[in-house]
Amino acid sequence: MHNLTITELIDGLKNRVFSSTEITQHFLARIKNLDSEFNSLITLTENQALEAAKTADQQLAAGNAPELCGVPIVHKDIFCTEGVRTSCGSKMLDNFVPPYDATVVANFRNSGAVMLGKTNMDEFAMGSSNETSFYGPVKNPWSTDSVPGGSSGGSAAAIAARLAPGATATDTGGSIRQPAALCGITGLKPTYGRVSRWGMIAFASSLDQGGPMARTAEDCALLLNCMASYDDKDSTCIDRSVPNYSAHLGDSLKGLRIGIPKEYFSEGLNSGTEQAVRESLAEYEKLGAELVEISLPNTGLSVPAYYVIAPAEASANLSRFDGVRYGHRCDDPKDLEDLYRRTRAEGFGDEVQRRILIGTYCLSAGYYDAYYAKAQQVRQLIRQDFVQAFEKVDLIMGPTCPSPAFKFGAKGNDPVAMYLEDIYTISTNLAGLPGMSLPCGMVDNKPVGLQIIGNYFEEARMLNAAHQFQQVTDWHQLAPAGIES
Amino acid sequence: MSIEKQTIENLATLARLAVDDERVDEISQRLGSVLELVDQLQAADTSGLSGLDHPLNETQRLREDEVNKPNMREEFQAIAPDTENNLYLVPKVID
Repeated sequence: MHNLTITELIDGLKNRVFSSTEITQHFLARIKNLDSEFNSLITLTENQALEAAKTADQQLAAGNAPELCGVPIVHKDIFCTEGVRTSCGSKMLDNFVPPYDATVVANFRNSGAVMLGKTNMDEFAMGSSNETSFYGPVKNPWSTDSVPGGSSGGSAAAIAARLAPGATATDTGGSIRQPAALCGITGLKPTYGRVSRWGMIAFASSLDQGGPMARTAEDCALLLNCMASYDDKDSTCIDRSVPNYSAHLGDSLKGLRIGIPKEYFSEGLNSGTEQAVRESLAEYEKLGAELVEISLPNTGLSVPAYYVIAPAEASANLSRFDGVRYGHRCDDPKDLEDLYRRTRAEGFGDEVQRRILIGTYCLSAGYYDAYYAKAQQVRQLIRQDFVQAFEKVDLIMGPTCPSPAFKFGAKGNDPVAMYLEDIYTISTNLAGLPGMSLPCGMVDNKPVGLQIIGNYFEEARMLNAAHQFQQVTDWHQLAPAGIES
Repeated sequence: MSIEKQTIENLATLARLAVDDERVDEISQRLGSVLELVDQLQAADTSGLSGLDHPLNETQRLREDEVNKPNMREEFQAIAPDTENNLYLVPKVID
């Protein structure tokens, strides 16, 4: 049952092959039996899940079932869930139980989806390895001595281990695509403003975007249909109708122009990863697409620009955690200053504190123009690279990350080495473009991800390209050893 | 590149973080390596470019100034560390 896709589960539910209660119980049992090994969930919501499944079964019987009725999913623990602890992977929010749902969570609830639990993540989504979580690292189901990627490592690992068929995730610099690549699943970061950020705990507000993860592009389309919505509670959400992302999955790729940025195949790219990506591109040629070499000359500036903008915005966003209204508060503060400083030093982990300090530095008097203003201009350069490229091509493809999953601790002492993990994914966040990752090969028994970048609001075309690839390849069907049955 | 202790202490004050003396060296070294990375930006020619504030050049939306949300004070205060008479309590600020 756990090997079925969301599309197959919906069919099975509609045709009464099984009930939502049965599949919910099945996935809950798997989580309880297997997740001690992977640590992909922070909170299991067993009672709420069984209750929601019961309601879904009644709706299915009555014939008024909404789109995702009865389908079990997990939410990244960055999305506020009414009455369910939302920790953001931090000690700061270990005791935080939101009184409301994020818009994304409400959309899934209204769609009849059943929440199984909340997934582990890097603290406040700051990390590419899941090692910064207060709840301990998530282990990669393909190789438990390796990282699952981050920050949405829990969502990716849960899907790879067949503990849930789909998940929500967020992506600020690659946090959907990189863990999707490292765990051998499919994940999509939509255009900035496509998915509401309301109730999604803010990291870097001009870059953060929620998106779906599943095993297939077809399933990601179903999840995105539910996730994407206009929301007047998020003032950066774009007021634009949501297409049916499933409608064009079957279109032919004949004549599709795919841009291959030469900067994405340069120094630092693992040779096995490169080979897998190039073989996938050859597959696209067989499907009728045309490969066009392009250049994104400012790619090298994306990581430095990101590590000004993201920490700067984070330092402002995280100032709300002050021990006054919710979350952690230190014991016996001697005055207000002591309350703030000790609460924050105790509640935030090392990487979060480091980024707050960097952001504070970049925004402080005398440095603002040299860092933040300059980085915002560089962002314009990066956006122009893409605008020019999309005059010549329909989609851009390349590797999602430079190499397969690395071992725990491998990049622990050098923050810059960890930051370079996101070199191929960060520019799309800076430009606000949609990007996705899908499994396209294996190196040393670890999955490799192919990245697809689309023009603004071209998620349907990306999903079409990914789905067609998944019709002629089976990388997305592989399961980690011991997980298959 | 490392950052002076005094700078770290200033930043910690601005960011309202308590930083123990024994952590200063490590923080200084790590911040230094990140600042070395971001210093690459200085070489970029950005003359005549405006900063990108919204990827789609959208401006902030405005709405009518009217109450449209339910009052959830009780729910919000129920999860606060310390409240009294509908107020959030903090250590005494003025005598």
